[in-house]
Amino acid sequence: MLGAEAIALGAIDEGISGVYAYPGTPSTEITEFIQKSKEATEIKIRSQWSVNEKTAYEAALGMSYAGKRSMVCMKHVGLNVAADAFINSAITGINGGLVLVVADDPSMHSSQNEQDTRFYGKFSFLPLLEPSNQQEAYDCVRYGFNLSEQVKLPVIIRITTRLSHSRSIVLRQTMTEQNEYRAETDQSKWILLPHNARKRYSALLDIQKKLVAISEASPYNRIEKGEGKNGIIACGLAYNYVKETLNAYNLNYPILKISHYPLPDSLLREFFATCDNILIAEEGYPIYEELLHGYFKNKKLKGRLDGSLPRTGELTPDIIARALGLKPNESAKTPEIVVGRPPELCTGCSHRDLFDAMNAILNEQSEKHVFSDIGCYALGALPPYNTINTCVDMGASITMAKGASDAGMHPSIAVIGDSTFTHSGITGLLDAVNDKNAVTIIISDNGTTAMTGGQKSGGTGRLKEICIGLGVDPKHLRSIVPLKKDFEKNVKILREEFNYQGVSVILACRECIQTLKQKK
Amino acid sequence: MTIAAIIDQAAMFNNLFIKQAEVHGMSQRGGAVQSHLRISDTEIYSDLISMGTADMIISLEPMEALRYMPFLSDKGTIITATKPFINIGNYPDENKVIDEIKNSGTNYQLLDIESLAQKAGNLRTRNVVMVGAAYKYLGIPQDLLEKSIRQLFAAKGDEIVSQNLKAFKLGLGANA
Repeated sequence: MLGAEAIALGAIDEGISGVYAYPGTPSTEITEFIQKSKEATEIKIRSQWSVNEKTAYEAALGMSYAGKRSMVCMKHVGLNVAADAFINSAITGINGGLVLVVADDPSMHSSQNEQDTRFYGKFSFLPLLEPSNQQEAYDCVRYGFNLSEQVKLPVIIRITTRLSHSRSIVLRQTMTEQNEYRAETDQSKWILLPHNARKRYSALLDIQKKLVAISEASPYNRIEKGEGKNGIIACGLAYNYVKETLNAYNLNYPILKISHYPLPDSLLREFFATCDNILIAEEGYPIYEELLHGYFKNKKLKGRLDGSLPRTGELTPDIIARALGLKPNESAKTPEIVVGRPPELCTGCSHRDLFDAMNAILNEQSEKHVFSDIGCYALGALPPYNTINTCVDMGASITMAKGASDAGMHPSIAVIGDSTFTHSGITGLLDAVNDKNAVTIIISDNGTTAMTGGQKSGGTGRLKEICIGLGVDPKHLRSIVPLKKDFEKNVKILREEFNYQGVSVILACRECIQTLKQKK
Repeated sequence: MTIAAIIDQAAMFNNLFIKQAEVHGMSQRGGAVQSHLRISDTEIYSDLISMGTADMIISLEPMEALRYMPFLSDKGTIITATKPFINIGNYPDENKVIDEIKNSGTNYQLLDIESLAQKAGNLRTRNVVMVGAAYKYLGIPQDLLEKSIRQLFAAKGDEIVSQNLKAFKLGLGANA
């Protein structure tokens, strides 16, 4: 099973009562597994998609408050959205076990950045587990829930694309029953008024020593003895590539495997004492490399910061081999005849017709600025459309259009998908309505969360009512169907609303061609 | 993905270790899609195949087979379908792509999986034709691959199962 599926199974087997998540590659499959699992359905594990990662995390906190176990899943940038709840949950602590699974995307195969969730681990002072393979992923989830209830803190599990979307055999252990309902009895810990929050924060700092001791005794951290004074610190998935390389070249270097943070102090000291040269391989930012260097660099240590490993992108066995000074295998070059095959919108996609209609008007202008967002329609940035100019973060299309309008831009146009709109666009639209901005917000509604595989979208069928509820003038809330046969009509409507000096919302509705296919 | 799933299951039946890394998300919107599959009788660490070490490239499209040449070992084999998937404006001359494979200096097998799948009674069995063609290099007994195919398609009914088994046999034959 996939690493993602192993995590899902681990959670089912360790007695969760709910999973809360918003789709995001490479984490989506975790929740989908639970949704499709007959076992999970039979024992009533709650698993509907949340509107965004913040609402997901907070709902999980509520379940925890009531004494039951819950899991939250998201991609790395999703944690930025949930961060308010997440950081404060370390200070309140929890009741029922809570495990946060974050799937990072080194090399940004499907993301806007390659931020490293272990940074959030340090920021929040919470334990973080970073499994190296599919079996470990299953085991870590189960261990994580028990650890969470032991120390009364959320526990983070960090995986990356190559583990999430890779299959291997996983052995299951006996299932654990779900917790009984048992609401929080501590009358103050969840109230973060300053006088109380200060006490809780001190408590969080005080428990750090215990967390380090647990790390030192963890089954997920260990020194593997070897020969010689050259050693490798291998974090998470990097451990696989290190083992692969050492086996391939018949080497027996000592390895310090780290898959449980905070760092295991005693193991680190022992390792540094016995090695003269150490390569640290982290699948992500050089967070611990930097920490171990301190400000005045440690001469023993090599990694991404000195160029031994590339500063950006995911690791591979070949990259590890090169860092160890080993001769790589001979390999052919890709023949020059091979050309790139960039991603593109599906044939028949509704976004295509929308962009055609928009371009008809925009190409008449000397300048063209369209603020867009995260979803399939972001591919409108590529030829042949070249319609959009920005794609920054969830919901930014609307708010950037508002800000540009404040600076005098007109027309100021945003294109956002329906799922992204309910995720983080509603609040931006309310801002624009309150400020009476001259903006045109186009919601390209295909009735689904498409890029991640067609998950349910939060406001399907109710977008018109939501916009009216926010105060959008019904005269400037237009509906169009993005189809070739409606091209002339759609261009006319778009033009009217681009010219209007106030908030316009255009709902461009046509079902996603992929979800339509699935139904047949 | 189907090809990898069939081989994965069969490897499990054969008590072998497997790791198979796939590509999801953005890259599926018409972009190149690939899967690294590793089979061994000893523990496997890396989910990714190192450059120059792949025993085989199985490809459903000829230009894509060439894209991954850097992974192929000098003793490796390319098994590829011949029909090009032209969804880009600058796709090279089809014949030049085939010539490039022929002149690559590696073992290769070119297959018209479309007509073989049609012979099996269902165009969708293309992928399974490829599994048949790859059989001789997999190191997994034929009956376990067939068992895997039967299990994978069981839910779709007897007709689909027998079409796929037929496709598998046609793939085997194409390699003889």
